[in-house]
Amino acid sequence: MANRAVEIAPAATLGLVIAALILGSAAMLATRAETWVLNPADWAALRFTVLQAVLSAGISTALAIPVARALHRRRFWGRTGLIRLMAAPFVLPVVVAVLGLLAVFGRAGPVNTALAALGLPPLSIFGLHGVVLAHVFLNMPLATRMILHGWQAVPAERFRLAASLGMPPPALFWHLEWPMLRAVLPGIAVMIFLVCLTSFAVALTLGGGPKSSTIELAIYQALRFEFDLGRAALLAALQFGLCAAVTLMSLRLTVPSAFGAGIGAAMTGQPPTGWRRRADTVAIAGSAVFLLTPLVAIALAGLPGLWQLPDTVWPAALRSVCIAVVSSVVAMIAALTVAQAAARHCNGWFDLAAMLPLSASSLVLGTGMFLAIRPFASPENLSVAVTILVNTTLSLPFLYRLLLPEARQLQADYARLTQSLGLSWVTRLRFVTLPRLARPLGFGAGLAAALSMGDLGVIALFAGDRGATLPLIVQRLMGAYRMQDAAAAGLVLVVVSFALFWAFDRIGQHYADT
Amino acid sequence: MKTTLLAAGLVTIATHAMAETPVLTVLTYDSFAAEWGPGPVIEAGFEATCACDLQFVTAGDGAAVLARVQLEGAASAVDVVVGLDTNLTAAATATNLFAPHGLTVANTLPLAFEDVNFLPFDWGYFAFVYDKTKLATPPTSFEELAASDLKIIIQDPRSSTPGLGLVMWVKAAYGDRAPQIWAALADNIVTVTPGWSEAYGMFLQGESDLVLSYTTSPAYHLIAESDDTKAAAAFSEGHYLQVEVAGKLASTDQPGLADAFLAYLTADAMQTALVTTNWMYPATTPAAGLPAGFDTLITPAKAVLLSPADAEAGRAKAIEEWQTALSK
Repeated sequence: MANRAVEIAPAATLGLVIAALILGSAAMLATRAETWVLNPADWAALRFTVLQAVLSAGISTALAIPVARALHRRRFWGRTGLIRLMAAPFVLPVVVAVLGLLAVFGRAGPVNTALAALGLPPLSIFGLHGVVLAHVFLNMPLATRMILHGWQAVPAERFRLAASLGMPPPALFWHLEWPMLRAVLPGIAVMIFLVCLTSFAVALTLGGGPKSSTIELAIYQALRFEFDLGRAALLAALQFGLCAAVTLMSLRLTVPSAFGAGIGAAMTGQPPTGWRRRADTVAIAGSAVFLLTPLVAIALAGLPGLWQLPDTVWPAALRSVCIAVVSSVVAMIAALTVAQAAARHCNGWFDLAAMLPLSASSLVLGTGMFLAIRPFASPENLSVAVTILVNTTLSLPFLYRLLLPEARQLQADYARLTQSLGLSWVTRLRFVTLPRLARPLGFGAGLAAALSMGDLGVIALFAGDRGATLPLIVQRLMGAYRMQDAAAAGLVLVVVSFALFWAFDRIGQHYADT
Repeated sequence: MKTTLLAAGLVTIATHAMAETPVLTVLTYDSFAAEWGPGPVIEAGFEATCACDLQFVTAGDGAAVLARVQLEGAASAVDVVVGLDTNLTAAATATNLFAPHGLTVANTLPLAFEDVNFLPFDWGYFAFVYDKTKLATPPTSFEELAASDLKIIIQDPRSSTPGLGLVMWVKAAYGDRAPQIWAALADNIVTVTPGWSEAYGMFLQGESDLVLSYTTSPAYHLIAESDDTKAAAAFSEGHYLQVEVAGKLASTDQPGLADAFLAYLTADAMQTALVTTNWMYPATTPAAGLPAGFDTLITPAKAVLLSPADAEAGRAKAIEEWQTALSK
């Protein structure tokens, strides 16, 4: 029992810190509240928020399954590069992503030009479908990667056994693939649902009008124009409530798979034949075109201005990179601690604590921290520390989600062995945990770094005129008519974020394969 | 012991340094303090005369600036606030955090504006901007725009000051008929963006025929980019004004410097610089006139502006009407 307490203490402490940070920020607002009223428009916003998040999560996850399966069992030139590149939309700053999507699907984009050439009516991207399209663009790649990890985590021996038994594809699906999907899909869907829950700029920009208002917009309005802290705190509580309900529900839906241990060699999937082969090709080509064309549009828009960027871009980029690397390392340690504890002691509280940051409105978080820090120190002086803390917290859910299935597997397969061998935790970490978890750790650290690069939410409240990060510079350029400079700075941001992501992901892959 | 001595020494140096150069903290919106905005010009100019250190603290836009003032309350380190607009001044006055500026500056605003707490430093007319090469005959009123099948992009009044300005514009021009105008405009509105920059960026990418911006926007393209294809559509209802104001906080520990700063901001040199850094009209037309290019801009026949009190009183209802009409 004492042993259990020692094992669980660091993770429990972390969970409490996260809860204090997220719930405390809303509580800080509540202490300054004067009224406690939600208006009818807020309930309409709640309905739209949930509707678009459910659709976005459902469609992203559903589309990701065939793509992940095709990527798992097919080998072709550029496969690794494509898999890495497919994570790029997820790490895009929202404004850049929206402009990239508009360049493709907008009124003057190639899709509508082609439709016009065929004599067909133009397609409008604005409305609920536009919001969902953008969310699928941003989140499907992540879902694909996570499901692909699920496939790769099924021990190769099981696939070989199935092949030697001559299992037809439907039987293979029910015996091997479905249990794996049951284990990973609920978590992925919930994560995307929560990401879309706090969507602000995408929902508003592509939503086509006030009928597409989200809760996050209502929070923005309450904090900016009305200074109604009570309403903001209530709306934040509503988001937390939704997050908690959905996370707990997903726990009930998740059924851990039980494949047993394998020798850990990477599986090269068996390419199918016939129509399944053609379906794979369609899935890969379709997703590549859908995800990569907006990226090409972003690159084309940014290139012309690249040579005459204002000087402030480079120090801001360096500042962003430093913040991103530190945030990513801290987040990785935190996520590993919590995920291992959760795998060891099947406990919903860890899940809840790790998913809670997804429901946090960055404006509420920033404002709450501002109120908490102000009496003691100048917020400008702490902007870097606060940004790292917030970025770490906000990227924790992704890392946790990535690590958890494989940490559970590791626990099920090796816990008894390591215990009977009496391995110290350092040895266990070095020879068992890190090698087994290298793939999701590398991917997750890359994701966390890229997310920190693109984050704007909190720094905007804390940055003085000297501490600006790259996303803030992009926003400032756009706010001063300098759209071409903004596009170029946006391209720098995308390239740097992606390079960071690539580096971490490669390191992870390297250790997983050796 | 050593550390104590060292700390004591550092504190002495620090207080000494502070005593020598007083710090004036100015809270303003992001693009004002940006490298290419008016911030660096005013910092260099004012520091040359004041023997002080001018530091900027920034918040997203005008509304964020006011929210920041309210968050900090009376304990604020900020001395001067730059960049609220007249739709926000009533709320700002109600906080009792601002002190009278005590200055009399003769301004050349198209409408009389006086406020004991707030001093206008620049202004602009809201207008729909279009591309002359793509749209030969722009609409001349909201009704004509609503009857056409032209596409427009506007900003959300709940998150952006231009968006709020447009709602006030329609309200001031049409009063009780405002919901009808919004209902008629609904099919022209491509989308509503959270801020000015998303809307303007999408317009430049060709997503709409017109975008809500300022009559001075074409001057940026003309002067900074030698591009004369953009123009603002003149509306017969008149154009709503955005008057940007500055004020000092009652809690300032540098009242003298704050007054000097407000005077500097509204004097000729800085008023000249504001034109091509903030791309707005200066509150007082400079002695040397406006730069070449500004003569090509439209001059609205009628300027419209609700008083700060009316704007504050009518804001919630005007936004609700807008929201109801566009949610159908």
